Amino acid sequence: MNLNQLNEIHIDVLKEIGNIGSGNAATALANILGDTVAMDVPKVNIVDVNQAVATLGGPENISICVLSKLEGDIKGLMMFLIQCSYAPVILKGIGCPCESECDHLSEMEQSAISEIGNILISSYINSIAALSKLNIKTSVPALCVDMVGALMSVPAIEMATVSDHIIFIQDNFLSDEQSITANMLLVPNITSLEIIMQRLGITL
Amino acid sequence: MNNVITVGISDMKVASAPSVLVTYALGSCVGICLYDSFLKIAGLAHIMLPCDNHKNAADNKYKYADICIPMMYHEMIKLGCNKGRLVAKIAGGASMFQVSGDNEISNIGNRNVESTKNVLKSLKVPIVAEDTGSNYGRTVWFYSSTGAVEIKSYAHQPKIL
Repeated sequence: MNLNQLNEIHIDVLKEIGNIGSGNAATALANILGDTVAMDVPKVNIVDVNQAVATLGGPENISICVLSKLEGDIKGLMMFLIQCSYAPVILKGIGCPCESECDHLSEMEQSAISEIGNILISSYINSIAALSKLNIKTSVPALCVDMVGALMSVPAIEMATVSDHIIFIQDNFLSDEQSITANMLLVPNITSLEIIMQRLGITL
Repeated sequence: MNNVITVGISDMKVASAPSVLVTYALGSCVGICLYDSFLKIAGLAHIMLPCDNHKNAADNKYKYADICIPMMYHEMIKLGCNKGRLVAKIAGGASMFQVSGDNEISNIGNRNVESTKNVLKSLKVPIVAEDTGSNYGRTVWFYSSTGAVEIKSYAHQPKIL
């Protein structure tokens, strides 16, 4: 199978997966922040990595990323990506005053953001696992603050042995009062994509 | 700035003075700069993987170190560059995420650097400078007039190679 074979129905299914996953993650985020969190309709992007980076604000856009590796029935990566400027908002939301610049987050601040990423990634993945009755494990999250191009090279390399394109389901969160735009990126590998589709009764 | 040529991910460009080549945000990828100081011809490649596994014939060959670097080398030779004059500077190959219990993600940068060095060695191109490894992304500016390579990163001071 390759990514060119995906048709409208497959894309809709992936969007729905994004909807369910990010809906749960948004609820988790709202609980953490004690605020309402709105979300956009998820986008399913099947693009080469240069375009993927462009949709995330260009290669040198500085972002904070929490990455977790997916294991079990589904293999791939899950990334929680926020703009640097939102770090203080998120940290304040959980009662952790943030005095640092994005590039000098203290160990405590890094750990807090990493944990928030972990909670969101886990709620996203758990909802998909429950829906598809698949066993999906997430690794301990890893945090990195850097240029988004460098961050996205990681999923691109994961996919590169089979395709020049990466598929990612992108969800944006918006919190009215504090305006956080966060991206949840699910980057499944190709075989896993087939498994998810089959579980949901769609043939490729 | 005049004549800035952007090299994307899995991409390669060759240009002559006064062009400036740039590739943004190398993470675990490696940027390879080849330079002929007499003709002032510069080549910049941005590779993602160490070697071609030949699984996918249709894909972009510039993503592999073992294919892309020789292609760039031969293109520069065709333009008149002298084999004895070509020198290389390399940057990138960072390990962006330390995922516990996983070597694949944290090791790919090292494997890219290692493969790049092997390919350059087999082409007999000496590496005169490098800024590789560690855990941060790098943007590479390669000035064909001088052969200087400027490394910019987010959390570190710029460096000239």
